[in-house]
Amino acid sequence: MSKNFSLRSLLVRPEVATFLMFLAIMIGFYIANERFLDARNIRIVMGITPEYIIVAIGIAILMISGEFDLSVGSVFALVPMTIVQMVHQGIPPWFAIFLGLMIGIIVGFVNGFITLRFGIPSFIATLGMLYIARSLTTVATAGFPPPFPHILPNELFVYQFELFRASLYWALLVAIVLGVMLHRSNVGNWIYATGGDQNAASSMGIKTGNVKMFCFILCGFLAGFAGMIQTFRLEAPLPSQGYLLELESIAAAVIGGVSLFGGIGTVFGAVIGAILIRFLESGIIMARIDAEWFRAGLGSLIIIAVVFNTYISRRATRIGQNKAKD
Amino acid sequence: MEDIIVCEGLNKYYSGVHALKDLSLKIKKDSVVGLIGDNGAGKSTLIKILSGAHQPDSGHIYFEGNKVKFKSTKEAMNLGIETIYQYSALIPEMSIARNIFIGREQTQYNVGNFGLMKTKTMQDDAMKALTDVELHLRSPDTPVNQLSGGERQGVVIARAMYFKSKVLILDEPTNHLSVKETNKVLRFVEGLKNQGVTSIFITHNLSHVYPIADHLCVMARGEKIADMEKKDTTIDHLTDLLVNG
Repeated sequence: MSKNFSLRSLLVRPEVATFLMFLAIMIGFYIANERFLDARNIRIVMGITPEYIIVAIGIAILMISGEFDLSVGSVFALVPMTIVQMVHQGIPPWFAIFLGLMIGIIVGFVNGFITLRFGIPSFIATLGMLYIARSLTTVATAGFPPPFPHILPNELFVYQFELFRASLYWALLVAIVLGVMLHRSNVGNWIYATGGDQNAASSMGIKTGNVKMFCFILCGFLAGFAGMIQTFRLEAPLPSQGYLLELESIAAAVIGGVSLFGGIGTVFGAVIGAILIRFLESGIIMARIDAEWFRAGLGSLIIIAVVFNTYISRRATRIGQNKAKD
Repeated sequence: MEDIIVCEGLNKYYSGVHALKDLSLKIKKDSVVGLIGDNGAGKSTLIKILSGAHQPDSGHIYFEGNKVKFKSTKEAMNLGIETIYQYSALIPEMSIARNIFIGREQTQYNVGNFGLMKTKTMQDDAMKALTDVELHLRSPDTPVNQLSGGERQGVVIARAMYFKSKVLILDEPTNHLSVKETNKVLRFVEGLKNQGVTSIFITHNLSHVYPIADHLCVMARGEKIADMEKKDTTIDHLTDLLVNG
């Protein structure tokens, strides 16, 4: 009986379902084209994935706390653009990086402030910020994308090792630190409680506003940090960088088992979700399918993941309630 | 017996509505007080003030003989006044153990208020807390949404007991529960008395609270209209008060 119970509690975990989906996709595309899992292809895919992993983690934690951020794609462009422009203005590289990352933090703070102070949906507050931050990026470009200043320490963040880039290790560091925070620390408990039932959480003395504000700031910071890594990798600051990334990161989180209603999800799920999307993209190209099918595949994946998770969690709840009646 | 809570002349207005009118109340230690009244009688306003969620516009509260002013629920909880609200005070998706320790996690490697949770200790203590209120559940890791309504109230009461609450305010704890589950909750509350916990049981269902109450207080239109020991009243008299105000 205890064995049944642990098996069930394992299957109930949404990120386990995501992981199974991930394995199925990897095997499927490997059958379609053996070179899908070549070192060369893995190097290419894992070279760009860390940036998406970092953004997805920020989005996932914010969604678990019960809020959204649609501005991550714009922050993803704004932060590196300001870093590059500041360096061109003669600001020392590390100080420019510090100031740039502060912009991510400030945007997160403003998102949180507007949402919480005025009690409006974060969907709207951050939709506004999506346009504002993108507009600022284009303005900061001053008409023409500036050249990449090579005094920036980009090797530290994107150096290509044998198989992986340094950025993957940065993403792993972010995942481990924030995974421990979310799943093992008291702050994590407050985040789940806030997203699960805000009234109950605040009646237990949790300052739910502060918890959400922390998640907004974290999300803005991570989006900026990830954008900086992408610019460092491409060695070109593009004002269009991160276009539609907000939807893709929500997709990664949702595929990874994060609930749209808050209170449910894991860092591991968001990481797998982000990796899954990138391998799906690569697999479609490698299988010689028209690349335009990527979005259709991604769309189907989102729907399947959510339907599956909803089904599983309802089933688990029902089993539990029947047992409770015995 | 001494009084654990004394309220004197509490008044509360909500945007012009006089929700609580000059309410004074004494609550004896280790008793079960039934606070009854129809919807809109001011019961919720009173408990929101006692639990620290809202502040009175005038009047005083004494707790164990000392004048107190709660700025938040946390302050009331720190003194030992715990409130179980009508909507469940549990997070459905979270485990029993995590729910019991929400906001009061046992942590180690602390930096300021933040630290890593002692998961094992929390699980063990959660099980112990449940056993103390005669609630026998399989595992402290079971999500609360897999429990029945009565079991959920049991978890909340176990939580209050674990944190050594002196006063437990229960807001309609038997609402939406089956007869069997209601009896379970009533047994939990009855057991509290022997463990030195005072409970204030808010309900509009007299038949639920009457069997276990020592003292009954009837409210209507924001005022206290009756306040007596159970031995000085009958269920018919109380029903009459409730219906006719």
